[in-house]
Amino acid sequence: MSRALPAVALLFFAAAALAQERAIPLSEVKSGSAFLGADLLSLQKDEFANPGMLWVERGEKLWRQATGKRNLSCASCHEDAKSTMRGIAARYPRIDAESGKLLNLEGRVNLCRGRRMGAELLRYESEDMLAITAYLARQSQGVPVEASIAGPARAHFDAGEAAYRLRRGQMNLSCAHCHEANWGKRLLSETISQGQPNAYPAYRMEWQTMGSLERRLRACLSGIRAEMLPYGSPEYLDLELYLAWRAQGLPVETPGVRR
Amino acid sequence: MTARIQVPAKVMRGEIVEVRVLIQHPMETGYRHDDVGHLIKRNVINVLSCRYNGVEVFRADLSSGIAANPYVQFYTVADQSGELEFTWIDDEGKQGSERQSIQVT
Repeated sequence: MSRALPAVALLFFAAAALAQERAIPLSEVKSGSAFLGADLLSLQKDEFANPGMLWVERGEKLWRQATGKRNLSCASCHEDAKSTMRGIAARYPRIDAESGKLLNLEGRVNLCRGRRMGAELLRYESEDMLAITAYLARQSQGVPVEASIAGPARAHFDAGEAAYRLRRGQMNLSCAHCHEANWGKRLLSETISQGQPNAYPAYRMEWQTMGSLERRLRACLSGIRAEMLPYGSPEYLDLELYLAWRAQGLPVETPGVRR
Repeated sequence: MTARIQVPAKVMRGEIVEVRVLIQHPMETGYRHDDVGHLIKRNVINVLSCRYNGVEVFRADLSSGIAANPYVQFYTVADQSGELEFTWIDDEGKQGSERQSIQVT
């Protein structure tokens, strides 16, 4: 009895520590679409009128288009994306086994283009990059987000959480101040969302076009008057991994429609 | 310019059909300035029309007030099988067109 007690206590503390790890419990995790008005929500759900589908359609063409020194297309190796890419985007960002680097979907596309196809790399926010990533993520529609933070990803995850909690800019705010401590409350005319990444690349009304998750992160940074980092910088990647872990279980909604 | 057209593939004669059009276009208003303060020239799709077996059934003159990637929806009466042809043109003179067949039974 006297021995069993500390063991039980230890278990209890271990469980408490695990529970503490998630600031927003899994049962309360809400997609950005839960904070949308009825008009935008119905636009996102409308398979035809959702403007993001223009990029998905373009991505489908790009998938089959041979390019680069080796005259290969994505389909040359990966064949029909509808089956081979199902669920893939839901597991990004992830560690590339070959290089050991953390990659988001954009990074993976460019790695393939550079290493395998001998093709020109695509820029962030270029029409082609948005199209191919939207097409890829679309193949995971409805698949729950599942980020692996084990092994070499752990260091990136920790750095991502640190980036998430770092106060920045003239307003001295971290991501957590809005999206963890105050989600659901009003900020002027808008409801603060949880800042979940499961609908990106998404069509944003403010942009009047499609944009990547990093563009959205930069928009937040600009909003709190903090320094915006260049696209593809390691801090964004770490943060994206943390966001994916935070969004665990949310279905992929790409192409999302957002304010 | 990517465009999406939605017309029911099979309809009954005399039926009212819903036609939906979504065109990728920046619809630059002409009121915005670039980073160095120069006015960005207006570039919008200024006319969109639809011909049903050669007869114009819909025409819209668009201008600065329309959002990017315009979505247009209208109705027409299905009288015979054939083709709907959509054409549009923007301020830079770029033209686009798309065809969609319709089967009337």
